[in-house]
Amino acid sequence: MTNDDFDKFKGSHDYVTSEALRNAVNVSIALKRPLLVRGEPGTGKTLLAHSIAKGIGKKLIVWNIKSTTKAQEGLYVYDTVQRLNDSRFGDKDISDIRQYIKLGKLGEAFASKEEMVLLIDEIDKADIEFPNDLLNEIDEMSFYIPETGETIVTVHRPIVVITSNAEKELPDAFLRRCIFHYIEFPDPPLMEEIIKVHFPDIRDKLLSQALATFYSLRKIDDFRKKPSTSELIDWIRVLIASNTPDEIIPTEIPFAGTLLKKEADYAHFVNAYMKRMRTTKTIDGYEALR
Amino acid sequence: MFTSFFYTLRERKVPVSITEWMTLMEALSKGYISSLNDFYYLARSILVKSEAYFDHYDIAFQEYFKGIKAPPEISEEIMNWLKDPFNRMFLTEEERALLDRMDLDELLEELEKRLREQTEQHDGGGYWIGRGGISPFGHSGQHPAGFRIGGSGGGRSAIQIAEQRQFRNYRHDLTLDIRQIEVALKGLRQLNRTGPEDELDLDKTIDATAKNAGDIDLIWRRSRKNKVKMLLLMDVGGSMDPFAHLCSLLFSAAHRSTHFKDFQYYYFHNCIYDYVYKDIQRRDAVSTDHLLHIMEPDYKVILVGDAWMAPSELNSIYGAIYYYERNYKPGIIRLKQIADHFSHCVWLNPESTNYWNEPTIMMIKRIFPMFELSIEGLQKAVKKLIVKH
Repeated sequence: MTNDDFDKFKGSHDYVTSEALRNAVNVSIALKRPLLVRGEPGTGKTLLAHSIAKGIGKKLIVWNIKSTTKAQEGLYVYDTVQRLNDSRFGDKDISDIRQYIKLGKLGEAFASKEEMVLLIDEIDKADIEFPNDLLNEIDEMSFYIPETGETIVTVHRPIVVITSNAEKELPDAFLRRCIFHYIEFPDPPLMEEIIKVHFPDIRDKLLSQALATFYSLRKIDDFRKKPSTSELIDWIRVLIASNTPDEIIPTEIPFAGTLLKKEADYAHFVNAYMKRMRTTKTIDGYEALR
Repeated sequence: MFTSFFYTLRERKVPVSITEWMTLMEALSKGYISSLNDFYYLARSILVKSEAYFDHYDIAFQEYFKGIKAPPEISEEIMNWLKDPFNRMFLTEEERALLDRMDLDELLEELEKRLREQTEQHDGGGYWIGRGGISPFGHSGQHPAGFRIGGSGGGRSAIQIAEQRQFRNYRHDLTLDIRQIEVALKGLRQLNRTGPEDELDLDKTIDATAKNAGDIDLIWRRSRKNKVKMLLLMDVGGSMDPFAHLCSLLFSAAHRSTHFKDFQYYYFHNCIYDYVYKDIQRRDAVSTDHLLHIMEPDYKVILVGDAWMAPSELNSIYGAIYYYERNYKPGIIRLKQIADHFSHCVWLNPESTNYWNEPTIMMIKRIFPMFELSIEGLQKAVKKLIVKH
């Protein structure tokens, strides 16, 4: 895209993006609609918001969603218990309700004088009704506090990034208002870039051997949890630290425990594959894996 | 503009609404688009809200912008073989040498050519496998269903990207893994207040405190817990063997789901007769009458089986496939007993719906609401289990 006004987000130096993702981010900024990001764990959904904030130089507000989070908490909380307590023991003027109204993360982003990036992290953790409860507020970018009779209206619409692990289906009405992007698992060239961001001085041989092994492991469907980017980075860190000779990486897969986090996966890997590798000695392991 | 693209998408079952379409028009009118490539991503991010529909979108996109037919599907078995890189080790030296001789584009081209030939000349799927000389496995090893190897993303045309159909594996009607099943099963919940009183009831506390003339009086209540109890009855062995993996996924998902109040499971063979079994080997038997006696009717029951047998196995006394079972009541009566005893039952059938006109499947379908054992079917089944009668 050539339009300067549109092409605001170009990725940041420590976050490698694909064309489709940059596009989706820019569409969402230009159309002022929330960006919903989904993808496998470990593909950098949360980091995206940090990168956007850094990339366009805005402040970031993070709202982490838990299973008990209610939509209302994002807007404001009326601390009745404190007020009750003050009425009994305190010496404050309890008739001023405003001091018991505490803005939530969403409220904070709305009330802010400058443009913000708001990250609503793992929205699917909350109750099924949660996204629906936010529909109106996200649409209008304003909300009303009945306790004080105030209405909080945004001066600058925050850039909203929402991440989801697809643990629950999100309601259609909510989806219709979002721009959607699915972060795919990085392909090898992109992964190479990502690794180089983390290890600028990595040896080419080590990198290519490690990547080849990693991707061949990921192709095995029987694993309960496939190794992801963060595991690969850990693994490479170990490989570098231990000075493992490059040649044995694909044949022996040292420190496989860094990549496979579930006991069952590790056992499966050792039984099914390592044994097969050893019985077919005539074939060079690396050639076989390629 | 493009209005017929909207209908092409809907025809391809992408759930696009007018709201989203208008959003797209808004984006287009702002003039952010300079190429078809941009349009591909722009329209996708606005119109499609789940990776499950990316593949449908790709097909619709191809259809609209190129007018070509969607490529034929590669059979699952071959795909599975291909997915396991270790299989390559078992090719002969010669075969591997042949594979290495072609570069990626050649392989792709060749594969596509053959797939097209196949639909034109043969209906079956076996043809290209047998083609001599060059191992077909290698060809498809580089099939677009895999990830992009080499080549940067930027230079490709949108239609090429759509043609790659990299999201084939995200389609709902194809994939099933434990997590997805767990997600579907999570729908099975009815929250009730039970257990110790450990949650502060704010409204009542304020009321009580006010009545108490401002002296704080804390009122507690029970927290909400799921009260759904589940009973899983699974057909094992015989004709169910091809689906063993699928069934074990369902089983592990149900077993791992901690949110049920109670989870019970039993096995049977072909049909339920006088006994059900605690183990797959069918040694630890429990009489069906006893089962119905001990299980309260409010258990949600999921039966899994292909429901495909000889009609006599379902309808006759002593019809059980193992003569020593000597069932005194025909299987169908037993099934009816179960359906009558429990208020919520569903039958999940791993066989594709194309085969559901088999006599025994039809009969069982009349007793239990039957759904396909796929994510979509499971979701429908869960909905069925949760509704009040």
